[in-house]
Amino acid sequence: MKKSIYIVVLFLISGFLLAQPRIPNLKNYATDLTGTLNSSELNQINQELTRFDEATSTQIVLLMIPSLEGYPLEMLSHEIAEKNKIGTKENSNGILFLVVKNDRKMRIEVGYGLEGALPDALASSILRNDVAQHFKKDQYLGGIIAGLNSIVSAVKGEYKQEKKKRKDNDGGGFPFIYIIIIIIISFFSRGKRGGLGTLLLLGALSGGRSRGGGSFGGGGFGGFSGGGSFGGGGSSGSW
Amino acid sequence: MNKKVLFGCGGVLAVALIVGVMLVMWGVGIYNNLVTMDEQVTSSWSQVENQYQRRTDLIPNLVNTVKGVAAFEKETFTAVTEARSRVNQINVSSDILNDPNAFRQFQSAQDGLSSALSRLLVTVEKYPELKANENFLQLQAQLEGTENRISVERKKFNESVQTYNTTRRRFPANFIAGIAGFGEKQYFQAVEGSDVAPKVEF
Repeated sequence: MKKSIYIVVLFLISGFLLAQPRIPNLKNYATDLTGTLNSSELNQINQELTRFDEATSTQIVLLMIPSLEGYPLEMLSHEIAEKNKIGTKENSNGILFLVVKNDRKMRIEVGYGLEGALPDALASSILRNDVAQHFKKDQYLGGIIAGLNSIVSAVKGEYKQEKKKRKDNDGGGFPFIYIIIIIIISFFSRGKRGGLGTLLLLGALSGGRSRGGGSFGGGGFGGFSGGGSFGGGGSSGSW
Repeated sequence: MNKKVLFGCGGVLAVALIVGVMLVMWGVGIYNNLVTMDEQVTSSWSQVENQYQRRTDLIPNLVNTVKGVAAFEKETFTAVTEARSRVNQINVSSDILNDPNAFRQFQSAQDGLSSALSRLLVTVEKYPELKANENFLQLQAQLEGTENRISVERKKFNESVQTYNTTRRRFPANFIAGIAGFGEKQYFQAVEGSDVAPKVEF
């Protein structure tokens, strides 16, 4: 008797959970949960969007999901954008480009602060005229790049990065200090184990080089935490 | 002896004073909290109003564009125009949130406009010329965006009202709310179909 009640309760809970697709916790600027884009394509998009964020503080996020599971596109997209705190709190300058592959639907969700630069009519035109034609031919990468390019050119003049420049210098300074310390260590330990010091030095140098390569903070990018607000701006489309 | 009594009275008075001050400060804290939440509700209400206003402003343009192509859908146009003027007739004062009747009136007028608009957009589906008309497509995108904003702002408004109403009715705060006249605020009810933006799939 008791068992059957438990089972009924479990069923109810699972039904409740199924009613809404899981809100993914985004760690990168570009995320593909459908396995359509390969990792080097994703990396490339990621790097571009990281660079754009560093230069303008505007966060453009791409997410591909397989299906809406019957949930309304607009509600899901708004929830994903707000829960992942895309965009900065002061400016609410985040954008989510959501592609629902199997439902053949897409949406550009625009944060409050970018509704002027990327109004609904423009978002709709980007989806209809730039993205849909590629998606219709199953050219997902092409459509995404065309869409992101149009979004970038719409919003690029709106905000300037102020805070992160300092961080960038810190990032440049850190390996330099590290190298000096390694040199001192290797100088002192030269007599005993010269090999280790050289090895460490090489490690520091190569670490410094990869840091200079572009995306700082690549080691532990723990998702977005800006907390930008979304008011339902943007546009939806299909292909 | 006398001194001791005096001292005792003074002690009791001091304790009473401290308790009194603490009570007042506690009351002030709750009062300020209620004020903050009340302001939050007001500001989210103004967002709702903004978006409704934006929709009302979009309609003449939309109707004109559609009229050029689908001139003989008179009934649909009249329904939209009438619903719009009904919305405009409503006098929205800041008191609307405390007045269930006025609030219901406001909501039913706006919902009437929503359904008239969605009927217009469904009718429009019959005209392929409109689907190729960039001007119309942009207006449609603006209208859809506004409907979506309305539902987002309504949701945010309802959330802030819920926080306010819950705090207001909770045990210690309800005394302060009663004394200071913090009334219960109205929610948006999900009227059948009103929470779904009129969406036309082409």
